[in-house]
Amino acid sequence: MTEIRLIEIKEDILADNDKVAEEIRNRLHSRQVFMLNLMASPGGGKTSLIIETLRGLKQSMRAGVIEGDIDSMVDAEKVAKEGIPAVQLRTGGACHLDAVMVEMALREMDLYALDLIIIENIGNLVCPAEFDTGAVKNAMILSVPEGDDKPLKYPLMFTVCDALVVNKIDYLTMADFDMKVLKERVLKLNPKIRIFEVSCKTGEGIPAWIQWLRDEVANFKK
Amino acid sequence: MHELPVTENILKVVLRHAEEAKAVKVISVSLRIGELSDIIDEWLQRYFDYLSKGTPAEGAALKVERMPVVFRCEGCGESFHVKIREVKDVVCPACGGGKATFVSGREFFIKDIEVI
Repeated sequence: MTEIRLIEIKEDILADNDKVAEEIRNRLHSRQVFMLNLMASPGGGKTSLIIETLRGLKQSMRAGVIEGDIDSMVDAEKVAKEGIPAVQLRTGGACHLDAVMVEMALREMDLYALDLIIIENIGNLVCPAEFDTGAVKNAMILSVPEGDDKPLKYPLMFTVCDALVVNKIDYLTMADFDMKVLKERVLKLNPKIRIFEVSCKTGEGIPAWIQWLRDEVANFKK
Repeated sequence: MHELPVTENILKVVLRHAEEAKAVKVISVSLRIGELSDIIDEWLQRYFDYLSKGTPAEGAALKVERMPVVFRCEGCGESFHVKIREVKDVVCPACGGGKATFVSGREFFIKDIEVI
């Protein structure tokens, strides 16, 4: 009779991806390039925030962008118009970027000529949270029209991020959005997260966010 | 939504361990997945059946053990389970305190496999 054997594995399902992500981080560290993974819903304001951020950092940092948006060059063109080197990943119907895809984009970039790379992840609050991209820090945008209940619906996203940018605060007067409640909900899931209230449209709050990024890059390069 | 790449990884790990153990067939695969993950069990099995065709893992049953989301109350120290997508707020069942921090619920690993 054939005996059934039990083999203990205890291995992480995404171990392969995590390994590639770690290799990317090591390489970025040796090249002194800081990489930020920016995640948000479609229409949350990823491209606008990237453009505002890089305008603010233009004098002090050399930056590049990895665009992960689904099969469209629109975002890459907007970024390139600002004179910022952008690599567009043709992701087809993919719902997230993973470390292998980011690795492909990095091959197209001159890491010796950059201080900062921002990854514009695919618009989705679910899947991107699960995959390490090799970035040094993760940030997400929640825009006011999406509602203050999102931490309860997409809890993983809020737990993996180092910074939360609450965008479109110019809508606050029109929206049923309670900033205090939102902050309480987010901080419960992730007490260390930094929260920035901004409007890419009016520019309000952008300097504080940029300062955070500047400090993070400086800490990384130490 | 991303069950396909996840399933590919599961199959890869399972086949590697099955080969190391010189197994001819994989009967079952036990997974531990935290409630915070949005993975849908039915899809995992469906993709697994598709991807494992012609391999020793063909026909193996995936057993998913869901690990609950756990918070710890900052007031009284009580650890408690939270059905994170159903509740409006996280409140300690022991003392009624509203200040609690996230402890666990992000597990994502292959526990063991049964082989012959």
